[in-house]
Amino acid sequence: MKINDVILRTVVKGVVFIILTLGVYLFFSGHNAPGGGFIGGLVLGSGIVLLYITYDLETVHRKMPFDFKKVAALGVLLATGSAIGAIFFDAPFLSQTDIYYTFPILGEKHLTTVTIFEAGVALTVIGTLVTIILSISEDE
Amino acid sequence: MNNLLVVPLIIPIITAVLLVFLREQIMLQRIISFITMIFISIISFLLLNFVQTDGIIRLDFGGWIPPFGILFVADSFSLLLVLTANVLTTICLLYAFSTIGERHEKMFFYPFVLFLIAGVNGSFLTGDVFNLFVCFEVMLLASYVLVALGGKKRQLRESLKYVIINVVASWMFLIALAFLYGTVKTLNMAHIAQRVAEVGQDPVLTTVAILFLIVFSLKAGLLLFFWLPGSYSVPPTVVQALFAALLTKVGIYALIRTFTLMFPLNQDVTHTIIGVMAGITLIAGCMGALSGRDIYTIATYNVIIGVGFILIGLAVGTESALTGAIYYLIHDMLAKALLFLLVGMMFYVSGESVVKKMSGLIQNYPLFGWIYFLVMLALAGIPPLSGFMGKVLIGQGAIENGSYVLLAIGFASSIIVLYSLLRIFLASFYGETTISYEDRKPIPRGAYVAFVLLALSIVCVGVGAESLAIYVKDAAKTLMNPSIYIDAILKG
Repeated sequence: MKINDVILRTVVKGVVFIILTLGVYLFFSGHNAPGGGFIGGLVLGSGIVLLYITYDLETVHRKMPFDFKKVAALGVLLATGSAIGAIFFDAPFLSQTDIYYTFPILGEKHLTTVTIFEAGVALTVIGTLVTIILSISEDE
Repeated sequence: MNNLLVVPLIIPIITAVLLVFLREQIMLQRIISFITMIFISIISFLLLNFVQTDGIIRLDFGGWIPPFGILFVADSFSLLLVLTANVLTTICLLYAFSTIGERHEKMFFYPFVLFLIAGVNGSFLTGDVFNLFVCFEVMLLASYVLVALGGKKRQLRESLKYVIINVVASWMFLIALAFLYGTVKTLNMAHIAQRVAEVGQDPVLTTVAILFLIVFSLKAGLLLFFWLPGSYSVPPTVVQALFAALLTKVGIYALIRTFTLMFPLNQDVTHTIIGVMAGITLIAGCMGALSGRDIYTIATYNVIIGVGFILIGLAVGTESALTGAIYYLIHDMLAKALLFLLVGMMFYVSGESVVKKMSGLIQNYPLFGWIYFLVMLALAGIPPLSGFMGKVLIGQGAIENGSYVLLAIGFASSIIVLYSLLRIFLASFYGETTISYEDRKPIPRGAYVAFVLLALSIVCVGVGAESLAIYVKDAAKTLMNPSIYIDAILKG
């Protein structure tokens, strides 16, 4: 029996945007306030899982043709890559650095290498979370 | 600061992740993982020589000075184990190439072996107790996958037990860490050692130490080994060999580190308990090895006997006993890996695991049979093979200390080891064969290469004990005088 889920679909279309925006916000706010790669990644991942629940696997997969195992692997690569990056500048492993840089339109921004590490963490969390949920749901 | 120190941890992780993207290219996966392991082995050998000239080296992650940051510390003891672990994993990979099968290779077998070795190397090198917990978990998570990979019914049953035991042990580890942090307010190993020495090891700290003892005993298979025989006999041969060679040894390393560096002061309590546990482990392991009917049971109980014997060295605690324990640890890693590879190959060629149902294997596979004979002699401790130095020095330490009971149990266990393995040799290798030379199942060439290399390294460790002695003596000296370690960390 096909359930009528028109309300769910309509609501999700709007809500997913809010969730994803919140995820990105949490990711960037993590530098000086509560948030960060792990929490941001969890929120982003839950948004993607919500999409999978509302629409079916094929529909979502057509628009987001990622293998989430590889997303997780990419995340680990990014995080470890930023960690060993320090070695090439003759600094201890996992060292970080930051600069203040004035962009033409955006104004002065704080750029850090931690953000790369955090992006890796976020991708790992998204990849792992979605892989777990998908492998549970595939098992009929 | 020496960034080379992090290579044994980070390079396997990065390579493992890269291999995930190369899932279908099996040949490429093999080549990359093999080159990686050789590379790390060379790096750890270089580091070992650095330590001889420059003393203990440390790497403060992110430039955070100890005791505030996490750090890696390399002394001779940890680097000897890192080197041995990496060399034998390289050789085990050679064995895996020809035996593990495409199904495993496509299910990320090599990445997980690399994650396992990353966790093992991290546990050996870290200088922070919480980081030790993290590295333990990296190693254990990889091992959970490797135990369960293949998905046979018996495998799933045993791996479930394995996972539950280890999760419980890790939970206790975390509680012990919380107690420790609550009492001494630091997690840096050198700093803990300093503070414990300042306040004296009062009953509270001794209790915490005993909690650590229970946790590491579960991991090392010291007395609390009830989970070990089952879960070590279900995965594929090469995984068994890696487990037997690495996992329990990491637990032993943690025990030795904890009770020589952090809690060495109340030896009447802690080292007596370790001694009693080691003695009971040896006796129980010997009973298991004697009563076993199939080769896997006998081999797994031999792992337990090895654990008990090494920890006699810790319980006795004199410098020669610790030197012997380090020698024996190196020997045991190599010899147990080889023993499990051989036992797995016996099962592969004969299709049988019960000792009495096999016969005359040496007729069809002479080299295979003689390598088994060699590893049997090495495990029994016959000179000039690798087990000899360790046994003699542990025995010498026990005599110096007057621990005659442990000495007697330890050397009696050597005879039992010899007997249990000789029984396999006489029943399965000797005698008439039922299969003609033409009908025999050929042993893959990669497996032979792995056997020969491991056998050679056993001979080299035994014959070259003298040239190894500079490293081992330095390691034992640091273990006996924790102040060398503490000063290198906190006064550098």
